[in-house]
Amino acid sequence: MKANRLSLAVGLLVAGMAPVAAQELSIGLKSEATSMDPQFHNLATNTQVNKNIFESLTTQSSVQKITPGLAESWEAVDDTTWRFKLRQGVKFHNGSDFTARDVIYSFCRVPLVQNSPSSYTIYTGDIADMEAEDDHTLLIRTVDKNPLLPVNLWPLAIVSADALGAEDTVTYGPEGTCEGMGEVPQAPAFNDPDIAVGTGPYKLENYTRGAELVLSRFDDYWGGTPDWERVVMRPITSNGPRVAALLAGDVDMIESPPIQDISRIDDAGFNIVDALSNRVIYLHLQQLADAPGIGGTDGKNPLMDKRVREAISLSINRDAIAERIMGGYAEPAGELLPPPMFGTSGRAVDPYDPERAKELLAEAGYPDGFTLNLGTPNDRYINDEQVAQAVAQMMARIGINTTVDATTASQFFSRRNALEFPIYMAGWGAASGEMSSPLKALVATFDADTGMGATNAGRYSNPEMDKVLIEAMSTIDEGQRDELLQKAETIALDDYGIIPLHYEQTVWAMKPELTYEPRMDQYTMAREVKPTTTE
Amino acid sequence: MIVYLVRRLGQSILAIIAMAVLVFAGVYFIGNPVDVLINPEATQAEILATTQRLGLDKPLYEQFGIFIWNALHGDLGTSFVYGRPALEIILERLPATMELAVVALILSVGIGIPLGIWAGLRPNSLSGKTIMGGSILGFSLPNFWQGMLLILIFAVLLGWLPAGGRGETRAFLGMQVSFLTWDGLSHLLLPAINLALFKMSLIIRLTRANTREVCLQDYVKFARAKGLAGRRIVLVHVLKNIMIPVVTIIGLELGSMIAFAIVTETVFAWPGMGKLLIDSINLLDRPVIVAYLMLTVLIIVSINLMVDVIYSLLDPRIRLSEMKG
Repeated sequence: MKANRLSLAVGLLVAGMAPVAAQELSIGLKSEATSMDPQFHNLATNTQVNKNIFESLTTQSSVQKITPGLAESWEAVDDTTWRFKLRQGVKFHNGSDFTARDVIYSFCRVPLVQNSPSSYTIYTGDIADMEAEDDHTLLIRTVDKNPLLPVNLWPLAIVSADALGAEDTVTYGPEGTCEGMGEVPQAPAFNDPDIAVGTGPYKLENYTRGAELVLSRFDDYWGGTPDWERVVMRPITSNGPRVAALLAGDVDMIESPPIQDISRIDDAGFNIVDALSNRVIYLHLQQLADAPGIGGTDGKNPLMDKRVREAISLSINRDAIAERIMGGYAEPAGELLPPPMFGTSGRAVDPYDPERAKELLAEAGYPDGFTLNLGTPNDRYINDEQVAQAVAQMMARIGINTTVDATTASQFFSRRNALEFPIYMAGWGAASGEMSSPLKALVATFDADTGMGATNAGRYSNPEMDKVLIEAMSTIDEGQRDELLQKAETIALDDYGIIPLHYEQTVWAMKPELTYEPRMDQYTMAREVKPTTTE
Repeated sequence: MIVYLVRRLGQSILAIIAMAVLVFAGVYFIGNPVDVLINPEATQAEILATTQRLGLDKPLYEQFGIFIWNALHGDLGTSFVYGRPALEIILERLPATMELAVVALILSVGIGIPLGIWAGLRPNSLSGKTIMGGSILGFSLPNFWQGMLLILIFAVLLGWLPAGGRGETRAFLGMQVSFLTWDGLSHLLLPAINLALFKMSLIIRLTRANTREVCLQDYVKFARAKGLAGRRIVLVHVLKNIMIPVVTIIGLELGSMIAFAIVTETVFAWPGMGKLLIDSINLLDRPVIVAYLMLTVLIIVSINLMVDVIYSLLDPRIRLSEMKG
């Protein structure tokens, strides 16, 4: 009865719709953007919202391929110089034309944003100089060879130099030494639609913190008329209420419905889309002689023995985790990024072989196993604590008695960074969509001077891998870089320096008259939600 | 009276300082906010720079000293997450919470007191027993579950009311309020009921017990003997005399509704202060957490003070100067 009524209602709705489709779209998000300033907090939650209003020189497609954005094309002139051809005829929301001056101003503003909890300078720090050859041709010079420049430009939003009060000429200088910037408005000013001016398909209409963000269509958008007259985004942080809001018709679409509710939403006639994400869940093993939380080994750290690391990997039944605990919304991982993304080798997933694992432990001198603490967050990744519990049980079966130490994310990350866990489970989503991201952050030797291994809290170190990786990171040729990254990853995985478990799948649920092409970076971007064609 | 107020004020300031110290240290020991806030791709140098900018590289006592110094100058710190003054962010959320709490209070008093008196006057009737049975239910249902159930019934199954959010707001006395529009009111109803149910049950039980007690008093018997109308006896003689304990409870509960409507606000995605507190705790946004709890103490202390003043108005025998604060 209920389903009948619903399908009837939906039928009426679709029939009553003009070909231009429904005019309003409302989305329930699981977290809220902290600011409307696209250069304030470098965080996925903010990016996915800001990208509707602001655009960048380059764009990442749903499978994280770099495609032209506000730059039509680009080329590497030499090892450290890039020439970007900017798109002509692009207008900002306030009617001013998009030129090279806006780009220079935008990049100049990044280091001048005050109180940023996580600055975008990680992308601009490498830019030595910028020069406008004409209004739509821009030269960018980097300090070192940087093949990732086009990738790094995607998070850097282009703001309007006119709206923010720049002078007629803006001259680039590194680290906040630009000239002609005028009085730079700070993040709180961006609640004003006259300041939050971008080139994107939607204009900011109203932002009420905690309640809703309202966008309206930008009719002069260069990429054609956007699909929705009005877009409302509401943060609904708890899972249950978010699902209820969808079922009750308060919102048209939600992100990340909890796995256990998906079949119910599906049964109610909603459209479910899902895709593999770029987020790998992995185990990291501490490689310091005095690792804490290990028992029964006379003070030695057994994890420094490659055979023990291999045994742990073989002890884990990844298929069972993906099927039972993740409800099928995960895929067993053999690498740090799902193939065929850039730098992956298509390496096979480690098999489930507890017998061989026990042999390896015996060979390494631990026939009776040992005890271990496994650290994990319990509110950060999909079903994270349950996954960790399963891993602990599987390890216990080969003799490694594992206790799960699950805490809330804020505590987990602090304790992990203080090296309190001999083994921990965490996740990594490669924002750049290519292999150098996980390798540089998780596997490379921890070195504060070069910025390598910043998230390598296992302190794994393999100089051979480091060498190949560094070479890859300064190789401009795509084919060669791909090969080098594959080689670096293979070295690390052959050595079991890090143990991949699974790739998370991201799920969206929406009314049947909507479609969304799922994105690997897990972003929910209103601009990409389309009405189903009623032809 | 003045001595009493001064003494009360002194105690309040002590409570606020104690709260600040506890929360400050507590959040410090949970973890480092930078670990949560920073983009995972950031290098060690970026992490260090952010830590220094937020002043988190200094020892705890120094951070606390800076905080106290600034607080004395009226600055409760800048939110780590939003980059804006913590107090400003909290006050932005205050109207939503106040509105919810006041509507919930009106519901619980407006329904709770009449039902309580009814049940007190007719303790053995079926209606009286039903009211008491219902109040036990209102007492014992977990707030979270009860909220989800309300959403399931009234929003998902019946489709009468929205499942959450705040709806349309209008400016009223310089604040954004939602009870002036139908859309806003429909959003307000479910969370207000959810928040009110527990308090309502409390008030019903309290009112009933007091009514029964007062009804046995000589002055009520005398009024009856004098032939006064039942309505006048209840409204004047009974009601006035049961109000003292009820006012106490209302005062205490209003404070806790404003400060800790967290569960209801989370379930109904209500953009109030409680939700802000939860979000801030998850992100370890210490300035907001500390400022929030200090403000909370202030609100509760002031409400209690008001309750004491109302006491003296209700019962002329009570003198504020004699009360131990």
